[in-house]
Amino acid sequence: MTTSAKKPLSMQLTNMLISVWNLIKRIPPVYPVFVVIMIAVGQLNPNFATTDGILLFLRRSSPLAILAMGQVFVLATGGFDLSQGSLVTLTIIGSSLIIYNNESAGYTAILIMLGIGIIVGLVNGFVVSFLKVPSLIATLGMLLLIKGGGLYWTGGAPKGYLTENWRYFGRSYIENIPVIGRFPLAVIILVIVGVIMSILFYKTNLGKQVLAIGDNARTSQLSGIRVKLVRMIAFLISAILAVVAGVLIGGYGGVSIVAGDGLEMQSVSAAVIGGALLLGGRGSLIGAVFGALTLEAIFSLLNLLGLPKPFRDAVQGLIIIGAVAYASITSRRRD
Amino acid sequence: MTSEVKTNNVPTMEVRNIDKSFPGVKALDDVSVKFYPGEVNAVVGENGAGKSTLMKVMVGAYKQDRGTIHFQEETVSFNHPIDAQKMGISIIYQEFNLLPERTVAQNIFLGREPSTLGVVNVRQLNKRAEAVLTEIGVESMILPTAMASSLSVAEQQLVEIAKAISLDAKVLIMDEPTASLTSTEVQLLSDLISRLKEKGLAIIFISHRLAEVFEVAEKITVLKDGQYVGTAKTQEVTPEDIVYMMVGRVLDHYFPPLGSTEDFGDVILRVEDGSNDFLSSINLELRKGEVLGIAGLQGSGRTELAQALFGAEPFKSGSVELHGKTVSIKNPSWAIKQGLGFVTEDRKSEGLLLMQPIRDNILLALRSLQPLFGWIHPEGIRESRKLVPTLGEQVDIRVDSYSKEVQDLSGGNQQKVVLSKWLASKAEIFIFDEPTRGIDVESKASVHDLIRELTLQEVAVIMISSELPEIIGMSDRIIVMRDGTIGGELPAEASEAEIMLVATGQDNSNSAEPS
Amino acid sequence: MTTGTISVKNLKQAVQAIHIPPVYYFLVIITLVGVTLDQVFASGNILSNPTIMTNILVRSVALGIVAVGQSFVMIGAAIDLSVAFTISLTAVLTSQLMQGDPARVPMAILIVFGIGIVIGVTNGLIVTKLNVNPFIATLGTGLIIKGILNGTFANYKGSVPKSFQSFGYDSLGPIPISVLVLLVVVIIGWFILSRTKFGAHLYGVGGSREIGRLSGLRTARIVTGAFIISSITAVLSGLFIVSRLGSGAPWVGPDGVYDLESVAATVIGGTALAGGRGGVFGTLAGVLMFGMIDTVFNQLGVDTYLKTVLRGALIILAVASYSIRSGREAA
Repeated sequence: MTTSAKKPLSMQLTNMLISVWNLIKRIPPVYPVFVVIMIAVGQLNPNFATTDGILLFLRRSSPLAILAMGQVFVLATGGFDLSQGSLVTLTIIGSSLIIYNNESAGYTAILIMLGIGIIVGLVNGFVVSFLKVPSLIATLGMLLLIKGGGLYWTGGAPKGYLTENWRYFGRSYIENIPVIGRFPLAVIILVIVGVIMSILFYKTNLGKQVLAIGDNARTSQLSGIRVKLVRMIAFLISAILAVVAGVLIGGYGGVSIVAGDGLEMQSVSAAVIGGALLLGGRGSLIGAVFGALTLEAIFSLLNLLGLPKPFRDAVQGLIIIGAVAYASITSRRRD
Repeated sequence: MTSEVKTNNVPTMEVRNIDKSFPGVKALDDVSVKFYPGEVNAVVGENGAGKSTLMKVMVGAYKQDRGTIHFQEETVSFNHPIDAQKMGISIIYQEFNLLPERTVAQNIFLGREPSTLGVVNVRQLNKRAEAVLTEIGVESMILPTAMASSLSVAEQQLVEIAKAISLDAKVLIMDEPTASLTSTEVQLLSDLISRLKEKGLAIIFISHRLAEVFEVAEKITVLKDGQYVGTAKTQEVTPEDIVYMMVGRVLDHYFPPLGSTEDFGDVILRVEDGSNDFLSSINLELRKGEVLGIAGLQGSGRTELAQALFGAEPFKSGSVELHGKTVSIKNPSWAIKQGLGFVTEDRKSEGLLLMQPIRDNILLALRSLQPLFGWIHPEGIRESRKLVPTLGEQVDIRVDSYSKEVQDLSGGNQQKVVLSKWLASKAEIFIFDEPTRGIDVESKASVHDLIRELTLQEVAVIMISSELPEIIGMSDRIIVMRDGTIGGELPAEASEAEIMLVATGQDNSNSAEPS
Repeated sequence: MTTGTISVKNLKQAVQAIHIPPVYYFLVIITLVGVTLDQVFASGNILSNPTIMTNILVRSVALGIVAVGQSFVMIGAAIDLSVAFTISLTAVLTSQLMQGDPARVPMAILIVFGIGIVIGVTNGLIVTKLNVNPFIATLGTGLIIKGILNGTFANYKGSVPKSFQSFGYDSLGPIPISVLVLLVVVIIGWFILSRTKFGAHLYGVGGSREIGRLSGLRTARIVTGAFIISSITAVLSGLFIVSRLGSGAPWVGPDGVYDLESVAATVIGGTALAGGRGGVFGTLAGVLMFGMIDTVFNQLGVDTYLKTVLRGALIILAVASYSIRSGREAA
């Protein structure tokens, strides 16, 4: 009797454990990884664990998070946008040149750069959709074009400077907020961009169609989706967000001709860490934002551990290979 | 007749009590067959009867769940197709397995190139290839140095046979080898088969065309719904007997009743003299409430017609009228706006988003009709949440959640998802291309019922099928395609023979017997 | 069927079996355009000048050697974007290890080739065993090399001995040694691809992994082999560059855009991005085309940065001229 009563109980327990485990399995790995790294950073650097420390961290991470969101749109369609980093640089050095002759031109510079960003996005989209060049080659070619164009424009060295009003977005704070004191404007921009992009990605037909194309372009076309148009819009969004990120990076760090170098790979890494599948069909915006935060947290950790800055690249290489390997093992495409 | 045929000699290959299941389907259920040397054993059965699965088990592409495989009286087990190949079991698949950018010789000996110290002896390679081609008597047609991409489909098939011969095959499996061949090419192939037979090969011939089966095979093995029905000697049975074995019952409850003339409404679609690269002078009319069946051999332009009507490969000349207005259907997006829906032959590569949930698949076409930046629930979340389950119940998708990814569904359920996609977009003209390919018998009947239900809702249906019983059982009118144009039109309940006569061009143009 | 139709058909098949990559037509066109530009803007002084012509060849050597390796990887339906950093690593390590001492040359060369093999094996294993998209895998290993390199060497370090510089500067009669080396690499590449089992299997695996698998090929080993060849050519290219520069710096590889340009030259040479098709002679023509354009730009005094812009545009257009006809949707 006792044994027969025990059996169902132990089975119940196992069942419960199994269902809890299933629930845990469904949590994307980026979140626990992020938490663990943040705790580690907090332990190593007590300043980090303060409100101000966290806000500074968020401000530093905002540009990458914004880039990663743009990258998710392109990755979801099955493409890559590797021209993001060069567009960030162009935004900064281009603005400084526009402002060079006219100090009041801060906002005009941003508008002009947004216009250039739109053109870059449309050209990327056109080359991929209509000239049928694989996006890897198309956007790497665009990277050369923008880099060469930017350097040609400046003559090879940074010229001019960025005015206070231009740099406002990247480095200023909203002051006098109760409890927390001040709040970085860059983080507010991240939140605004995040909300707009989340609506586009999760709540409009565009978002569903972006994933549809990446899953199966032929099915999408035969179901009435204008594949070429949607692809172009994905590249357009990515380019516009690259300009936004450029404004934040320039505002925070000033003029530099290498400001955007390598950011495209960081944003791909962030998106993949956040659950995006290369070659399309799956992607998460919120995941990508946390992927970006995780990457920045890892960089902070490396800093605290005293690793020279260039080694970041090496660690990032390991991370992206690991993340893609993890994704290809767990969510293998079935025929 | 359904009993085992007794032969004295030893079977080259034998399968015993094979079971194989896939999610949602039991593909093979206790199947046992023997294959003898010097004999052509045709394996026949309807789509989904388990022929392809059995072959894949026999060549080591699938692992059986239960049962044993015997080769020359020894129990064997294959972990990899190469194991079966080395033992002398070769298969020629329907889709080709040649590298288009390599030569015939390179293809035949891929992985087995004659070489010394890793350096390929090119002369020897070509010589051996030529010897194999000579062995099967096609050396005058195919050069060892020709690019595979320069060969016709029939020639590519011959190269595959040559490859099998070079592998010293004892068992040669041919999966629908004649599906896309012309009649002279079929003749060539059957000559070749009889020569291979003399060499003592056991040949397994899978085909839909009973006429050919009766011509080449000594024995016919019938599978039905994954079960072994029986093996018969060809001389002792008639095609009718085999059809009876395949279907099991004489086309009883399979099909819903046909429509009647008073059900048919106005002409909704009219094509006059439509032509493009694949089609010429297509003339057809489609009325509301009818099912127009499109029959024809493989490659006769059936699918191309569907693609032209749907704007995937539009007509380049001629005129198309929709609801009495002349239009030009430029692309699928436009066709969908005009109320067309296309249930494609290949669900996985053209009909579904495998990684997306059922819900998004069902709403796919509907959403593409709406503004790109529009809200995904244009009629409000509540309405939208209701739509998917309503459609799901209407077509009887059996799942616990509509958030499940489509790749995890059975073939029948997947097909119903595709159907609901076009129901959601409120299509008025449905084009079905092989609507029941690869789905189990039960789902088949419910797909047929759904098609008929559609016509009762003033929807017009064009149904393409290679299964003549399906064409005959479902169509209110039958159009037979031949060589990219319409070979003829037949009334409802035309016989298989009548359809085949038109499809093969022997209705009026010439009186020669089919070879 | 009559014998007449058979021989016509055989002839047709035979003609199709001889492949002339369309890049050679491009090369002819570019040459003609170059000559015309030369006549108009420089009254024919550029292309008739032997020094300049030698220059075209020498400039093509570094790209040419690594592009041969890239062709192997791409025929295997993969891509190797780590070559630029492998080149940098080789250049830096070589000058560091040689320290201007001729006695240390063999040791240094052995070590850098060893490292090259390790990089190739790593790339191959990541792609075939961890199932990582080759593009990401090699960008990743590239980043790892870059990080280690930049973290360890900040600038030009060490130097190569004068004797080693003969690789970059000396000539055998009228032909520079480096050009001979390129030719030897191309011929070896051609031999491996068209005359060895490995080459045949690489085409098989690149054309279709599934057919390769069904034919019993060891697909993972073959793809890894292609990556090893690619890394070895990158090392050789790095040795050539450092022999020209006298000393290596971490930026020599990425500054030369060897990753993207080797891919572009290979694609222009008729090797499909999807794999299974192509060869090293096509690649060589693609490389010469780049060398030619480069030299003409130089002689016409086109700004360096503008040249980068033009190169970017050229790469896109060159790939487009192939892909647009394929009718396949790109992503």
